[in-house]
Amino acid sequence: MSITELGRTGGGPAPNGDTDLAVRAEGLMKTFGEHRAVDGIDLHVRPGEIFGILGPNGAGKTTMLRMLATLLKIDAGRAEIFGVDVAGNPHVIRQLVGVTGQYASVDENLTARENLWLFSRLQGIAAPRARRIGTELLGQFGLEEAADKPVAQFSGGMRRRLDLAASLITRPPLIFLDEPTTGLDPRTRGQMWDTIRSLVTDGCTVLLTTQYLDEADQLADRVAVIDHGRKVAEGTPDELKTAVGDSTLQLLLAEPGEVLAAVEVVRRVLGSDPVISPERGRLNVALDQADLAADVLIALRTAGVSISSVSVAKPSLDEVFLALTGHETDEHDETGTEENR
Amino acid sequence: MSTLIAPARETVTAADRVAAARRRISMAETLGQTLMMAWRALKKMRRNPEQFFDVALQPILFTAMFAFIFGGAIAGDVQSYLPLMIPGILAQTVLTTCMATGTQLREDMEKGVFDRFKSLPIARIAPLAGPMVADLLRYTIAATLTFGMGLVMGYRPGGGAGGVLAAILLAIFTGWSLAWVFTWVGTIARSAQAVQGISMMILFPLTFLSNAFVPVDTLPGWLAAFVRVNPVSHLVTAARDLANRAVVSGEVAWTILACLIVMAIFAPLSVRSYKRHM
Repeated sequence: MSITELGRTGGGPAPNGDTDLAVRAEGLMKTFGEHRAVDGIDLHVRPGEIFGILGPNGAGKTTMLRMLATLLKIDAGRAEIFGVDVAGNPHVIRQLVGVTGQYASVDENLTARENLWLFSRLQGIAAPRARRIGTELLGQFGLEEAADKPVAQFSGGMRRRLDLAASLITRPPLIFLDEPTTGLDPRTRGQMWDTIRSLVTDGCTVLLTTQYLDEADQLADRVAVIDHGRKVAEGTPDELKTAVGDSTLQLLLAEPGEVLAAVEVVRRVLGSDPVISPERGRLNVALDQADLAADVLIALRTAGVSISSVSVAKPSLDEVFLALTGHETDEHDETGTEENR
Repeated sequence: MSTLIAPARETVTAADRVAAARRRISMAETLGQTLMMAWRALKKMRRNPEQFFDVALQPILFTAMFAFIFGGAIAGDVQSYLPLMIPGILAQTVLTTCMATGTQLREDMEKGVFDRFKSLPIARIAPLAGPMVADLLRYTIAATLTFGMGLVMGYRPGGGAGGVLAAILLAIFTGWSLAWVFTWVGTIARSAQAVQGISMMILFPLTFLSNAFVPVDTLPGWLAAFVRVNPVSHLVTAARDLANRAVVSGEVAWTILACLIVMAIFAPLSVRSYKRHM
């Protein structure tokens, strides 16, 4: 059956039972020497959804993805993609999955256009069509101007876009994105999010890993939180947040430059610091009780900090992660540490 | 939300894709993919012309150096040493050139793009064989320059143009087959430097413990025994017969047989260890 008929399943139950899963992994395991990188993870990804694997660096996210993408041998357990056994039919799996790695996997010596040409032709696309797809993708990803420059001269964001474009050549029904926005600046990151969202409207299923809690929150229909190779929680971002309780005051400042002033006010009123979101002018304030929100707002008005939007919401996944694993996400907000190898 | 993907395109259907997926790769597909990989390697060479330094300089330098150093001692004078030496240099140059195959593969494999090659539904041998096809250009340059340098120094091959061309073709074929050994080293070694080191250890005995530069009957018996079975000796003798006398001797057959055996062993080994690298 066509996955377009399912539409986006969101947080609801799988409408067609387990037989129609995009990804089904049971007890996946991977050991490197003494180190067990992935320690018995189950994963059920429904067609048409964006599924997030969330965890800090070294949690086993990438290893998990690489096993599912046939790039690493599965030591124990079993994985199926659209009902096809991963270990038994790697060649079929490679036709169903587009992989965009953590390190942009495009050829530095070639131009953007040549990269797309190479990957198209390698996958048996006839020359005229390969040329057309190349031009189309370069246009969609805003790379026309740089199309004939060597990739070595590209910025990080441009590389990522080209990398994702290269994964979409054959329009695979399942796309793996390994930390798609690690090391990107907030603006490029927002663009990447839009692109990822548009993939599912096209009928794709997306499995992405991220160490950014707000990214999982923004993009994913469902999230698996993993830590030290084990799954510690799974659910919709809302379900995970409900599990922790409490509420968060989200503020969007009219003047992003007043962030420090706002932080000062919050500290004075609540005695604790707000979380500054990577989005410009956005602050998340953890509240013990929802009605403390009023105190913060009054104090901000008195201090002359104007606000363009305000909401009281369930807490961010940041707090969820802390509650679930008992420790903070070590690498949180440390953009680009893995990127600049 | 700005939609980057054109909305007009029909949506992806997974079940159709599973049904349409090819179960195996045909020989024609493998060949096409190898040629695409060769195209990539050629593009790379064109943008990094310093890769041609070794194939351009070595034949010129070594031919002059060896002729003047050993010429008098071994053959009485430089002129009469050239017919003996040029086919030897030919073999040596081609072998050194194929050593670079392994080093460059190792460097290449560490780059992100190899991750994509691995994740694509393509023949596993294509990323290995492609650069080797492109390297045929390097062998051709190296072999041609060796003979060119010989001619400049006064070498007049008795086999004529046909004999020389045949010798060059045989050398290119040998280089290409032996390159599989270095490709295999490239897939097992930990770093490009390690590949270089291991390759040197293979290369030096192969070229110097052969009849490339000295007549075999000057060697002690035990050494002569090895020199006689060394495939490089067969190549050198075959190339001498071709270039100097235009004779297709049994040595040509021995060389080709040795090359085929090397390929039959090291091509599968390379693919296996490349796969295991994942």
